[in-house]
Amino acid sequence: MSDQKAKIARQFIEMIPHSRALGMRVDFLGDGVAEISMPYDEALVGDPQTGVIHGGAVSALMDTCCGAAVISHPAAMSATATIDLRIDYMRPATPGQRITARAECYHVTRTVAFVRATTLDEDRERPVATATGAFTVERAREETK
Amino acid sequence: MTRPRPEPVQVVKQRRDAALSALVHGVPYIRFLGIEFDRRGDELTAIMPYDDKLIGNPMLPALHGGATAAFLEVTAIIGLGWSMLWEEMESGKLDPLAVDAQHLPRLPKTIDFTVDYLRSGLPRDAYARARVNRSGRRYASVHVEGWQDNRNRLFAQATGHFLMPPPRNG
Repeated sequence: MSDQKAKIARQFIEMIPHSRALGMRVDFLGDGVAEISMPYDEALVGDPQTGVIHGGAVSALMDTCCGAAVISHPAAMSATATIDLRIDYMRPATPGQRITARAECYHVTRTVAFVRATTLDEDRERPVATATGAFTVERAREETK
Repeated sequence: MTRPRPEPVQVVKQRRDAALSALVHGVPYIRFLGIEFDRRGDELTAIMPYDDKLIGNPMLPALHGGATAAFLEVTAIIGLGWSMLWEEMESGKLDPLAVDAQHLPRLPKTIDFTVDYLRSGLPRDAYARARVNRSGRRYASVHVEGWQDNRNRLFAQATGHFLMPPPRNG
């Protein structure tokens, strides 16, 4: 993906109000691949007894990251929306650690983009959660004909 | 045969509302999203009041898919936790006065959660209700429906599987 396109996509993602509220940072954007991370924050805790972050916050990170992978795909999509997203939670994220999602848009048809993602904390061997989803494809006008 | 006089309604309501409040308000992330629960008997309706920070597409504008997913997941977990708490409370196994921020019942843990996005989330309040389809000793399956202006026009629905917390006192 061109530097120019990556820059625009990065700005676009970092301007999303909900992603900003969660402190998300775009770490990498390539052709159909995105890496987005989020710092640990006590406001996002789901289990006050253990300090573990809520699954919903992990879902928000994965949804953003999957969407970012779709718009950075070479088929040049301007925007996308989630059709469905399934999250599997393997283990609680370790409190205090930054979590990073990596999403790959592995197949695109004229209308649908298929994406999978994995979220890790500082332990790079054991995933915290994985996701698979389908997203809408909205091509730039001139390409649709 | 004489039945004991039923408790005054205010006492019952206060006890149930206090238990629900402890369950909901002890979780920082629920406060972060601004989600509240409306109770009618044992039925809960979750409300996520509109907030600029829930937006995912500023051009439309539309709610963030992640905020929607989180809202439905919170509704499912609280719905399931509440159904367990309700039984313990009604059977007298649990003293509801002992339920506070320090002595919260353990909440179920999400195993998986699948969200169907049916329409884009409008920039206004959202509502959701959870239905526990199966609640076993170890696993539970919960379905959630989310809507905005019209109860019959869902903007999202979800199904999740949950790991039940170990029973109280061992």
